[in-house]
Amino acid sequence: MTAGRGEPLSTRGGVAMRLSGLVRKEFLQIIRDPSSIAIAFVMPVALLLLFGYGVSLDSEHVPVAVVVEQASSDTADFIASIDGSLYFSPIPMRSLPQATEALLAGRVDAIVHLRANFADELRRPDGAPIQVIANGVNANTARIVEGYIEGAWFTWLAHRAQEQGRELRVPVRVEQRVWFNSELRSRNYLVPGLVVVIMTLIGALLTAMVMAREWERGTMEALMVTPVGVSELLLGKLIPYFLLGAGGMLLSVAMAVWLFEVPLRGSFWLLFLTASLFLFVALGMGLLISSVAKNQFIAGQVAIIATFLPAFLLSGFIFDIGSMPAVVQTITHIVAGRYFVAISNTLFLAGDVWSVILPNALALALMAAIFLGLTWRTTRKRLE
Amino acid sequence: MWQRIAALMRKEFLALLKDRRSRFVLILPPMIQLLVFGYAATFDLNNIAYALYDEDKGQAARELAATFRGSANFREVASVASVGEIAPLVNSRRVLLVVRFGPQFTRDLIVGNPAPLQVIVDGRNSNTALIALNYVRTIVNRFNDQWSNAREWPKPPARLQIRAWFNPNLESRWFFIPGIVGVITLLITLLVTALSVAREREQGTFDQLLVTPLRPVEILLGKALPGFIIGFLEATVIILVATLWFRIPLLGSLLVLYVGLALFLLSAVGVGLMISSLAITQQQGLLGAFLFMVPAVILSGFATPIANMPPAVQAITLIDPLRYFLVILRKVFLEGVSFDVLLPEMWPMAVIGALALFFSGWLFRHRMY
Repeated sequence: MTAGRGEPLSTRGGVAMRLSGLVRKEFLQIIRDPSSIAIAFVMPVALLLLFGYGVSLDSEHVPVAVVVEQASSDTADFIASIDGSLYFSPIPMRSLPQATEALLAGRVDAIVHLRANFADELRRPDGAPIQVIANGVNANTARIVEGYIEGAWFTWLAHRAQEQGRELRVPVRVEQRVWFNSELRSRNYLVPGLVVVIMTLIGALLTAMVMAREWERGTMEALMVTPVGVSELLLGKLIPYFLLGAGGMLLSVAMAVWLFEVPLRGSFWLLFLTASLFLFVALGMGLLISSVAKNQFIAGQVAIIATFLPAFLLSGFIFDIGSMPAVVQTITHIVAGRYFVAISNTLFLAGDVWSVILPNALALALMAAIFLGLTWRTTRKRLE
Repeated sequence: MWQRIAALMRKEFLALLKDRRSRFVLILPPMIQLLVFGYAATFDLNNIAYALYDEDKGQAARELAATFRGSANFREVASVASVGEIAPLVNSRRVLLVVRFGPQFTRDLIVGNPAPLQVIVDGRNSNTALIALNYVRTIVNRFNDQWSNAREWPKPPARLQIRAWFNPNLESRWFFIPGIVGVITLLITLLVTALSVAREREQGTFDQLLVTPLRPVEILLGKALPGFIIGFLEATVIILVATLWFRIPLLGSLLVLYVGLALFLLSAVGVGLMISSLAITQQQGLLGAFLFMVPAVILSGFATPIANMPPAVQAITLIDPLRYFLVILRKVFLEGVSFDVLLPEMWPMAVIGALALFFSGWLFRHRMY
C-alpha cells in the first residue's frame, strides 16, 4: 500500500494499510492449510455433483407385484395399462402370499391384486374390486404410488369406455396447471435448495475456526498489541473468506444452470446480490461461533450442530414451513437458509418477484448485521 | 491393559465433560434438535393456503367449495374476482393454489356432462405441489362419489380398494422420526469423535500419548469407547422420546434395535476417528466431518428414496452406515421384523466399523507431519 508515504500516518491510509496487511496474512494462512480452498471449491463441486444427480423425489419404475388369479382378456387390459406406464416395473407373481413376502422383504413397494372372479364381477352393477396394498412405511412414496395406480386405473377405464363406444363420464375432472415447473421436475427445486445448504456450510466452515484459532494459539494477544482495531480485524477476516465463498457460490450457480439445466428466470445480478448477502450471514454466523467459543474444539462442535441439519430441515428446502406447528415456524425464523431458499427458488423458477425478494433480503441483511454486530461486541469485550 | 484403557477413557471423558460449555453442547442442542426436527420433518401438508375463483356461483360449485373449506388441510385466504388477480397471489406465495370453477360448472354437471375444475398450483417446490394436488384429487373424488350416487351417474366397472400396511393413515411422521433418531445419533458420535485426535495432534499432546506405554490398540479403544458410550446413552434418550413423546409405534424387539444401534455406533465412531486421525488441524477435522456427514445424511434415504437414485450413486450409498441403520430403525419400529430379516443390513455396518477403526489405528502411527 502506498498510503502514509512521506506524510504522517493518516488514519485513512493507516486503516487501508493495516487492513491489507491483515488480508494478506489471512490469505497466506489459507494457502498454507489448503482445507479452506477445499471448502470453497472442492466441496461445492463434489456435493452438487453427488446430490444433483443423486437426489430425486421423482419415483419411476416403482416395483409393483401384480397378482392375477385368473387371467382373462379383461385382466390383460388392466395389466396393460400398468405395464404401459413409465412409473412402474410390474413383477407378475403367482399368489398373494408370494407377493406379500416380496412386500415384506422390500422387493416391491405395492401389490395389485385381481381376484379370480374379476371378469364376472366387472359385469355386475357393483363393479369389481381391485385390491391395492401399499407399503406405508415411506408414506410419501406410498402416496405417490397410489396416485400412479389411480392414474393407470383411470386410463384403463377411459380406454374401456372408448372400446365400448361411449365416453367415460366422471362428474368433475381436475385440470392441473403447475406454474414455474410444469413437468414437476423435483431437481428444479432440489438443486437451488442444495446450493443454499452448501453455501451455509461454506460460510460457516470457512470462519468457524478462524477467530477461535487466534485465541487458542495466543496470536490474538499479539494482534491486540498492534494498532489494529476490532473492526479492521473483523474485516480482515471477512474479506478473504467472502472472496473464497463468492467463488464457491458462482461455481455452484454455474453448475445449477449449465450442468443441471435449472432455468434461471430472474436476474443474475439480483441472485448474486442476495447470495452475497446470504454469504455475509453465513460467514457472520461462523465468526460469531468462533469468537464466542474461543476454542476450536467447541467452535467445531457448535458448527456441526448449528449449520447443516437446521439448513437442511428447517429452511423450507424439503419440508413445507407452513405445515409445521406454530412454535417450530417461529424457530425457523432464525435459520438464515429459510430466507435464501425463498429467494433462490423464486429467482430460479419464477423470476424477479419483488414481493418475495424484498422482505427476505431485508431479513438477511438484518441477520448479517446482528451476527457481525455480536461478533464485534464479544471481540471488543475481551480487548478491554 | 484394561487399566491403561480405563485411564485413557477417564482422560477423554474429562476432556469432553469438564468444560461446562462442552458439556452443554454435547447434551442440550441435540435434544432440542430432536424435538424441533421431529415436528418439522413431515410431508403432510396441514395448512394449504388457497384462493377461490368462482365464475359459476352455482349450487355445485358451492357444494364443492364447501368441502374445501371444511377440510382441515386447506385454508382459504383470498377470493379472486378476475383472472388478473391470480398471478400476483401465486407469485408472492400468498397462496399455494387457486381453485377455479368455470362459468359452465354447475350447468354442465346438472345436465350430466363432465365439468372441469381448474387448479393452478405454485410449482416452485414441486414436491409440495404434488402433495397438494393429491389432496385436491382426494376431495374431488369424494365429491364425485357423492354426486354420482345422488344423481345416478353410471358407476365405473371396477374400483380401487387401497390399503397401506404398517402405516394405515400414511402419516409421514412415522417415517421421518425413526430417521431422525439415526441422524441425531450420527451427529452426536461425530461431535465426540471427529475432532478428538485432531485436537491432540494440533496441540501436540498426541505425540506424548504415542510415547507412553499405551499400544495403538489401547489408544484406539480409549478414544472409541467414550464416543460409543455417549452415543449409546443419548440414543436411548432419543428412542424414548420417539416412542413416548411422538408416540411412534415400536413393534419390534428392543434387542434387535440395540444390536443395530451398537453396530451403527461402531461404524460411526470408526469413521469419526478415521476423519479425526487423517486431519492434522481441527479445521481439517471439521471439514472432514462435514464431508462425511452431509452426504451420509442426504444419500441415506432419509428424505429421498435410494431407489430414485441413479445406479452409480446407489453404489456409493453402500458405504454409508446410516443407510443401513435407517432401514433397521424403520423396520423395527413400524414393521416389527425379526433379526434374520435385518442381517443384510447388520453385517455391512460391522465391516465398515472394523475397517474404519483398523485404519484409524494405523493412521495413529503413520500419519506424521
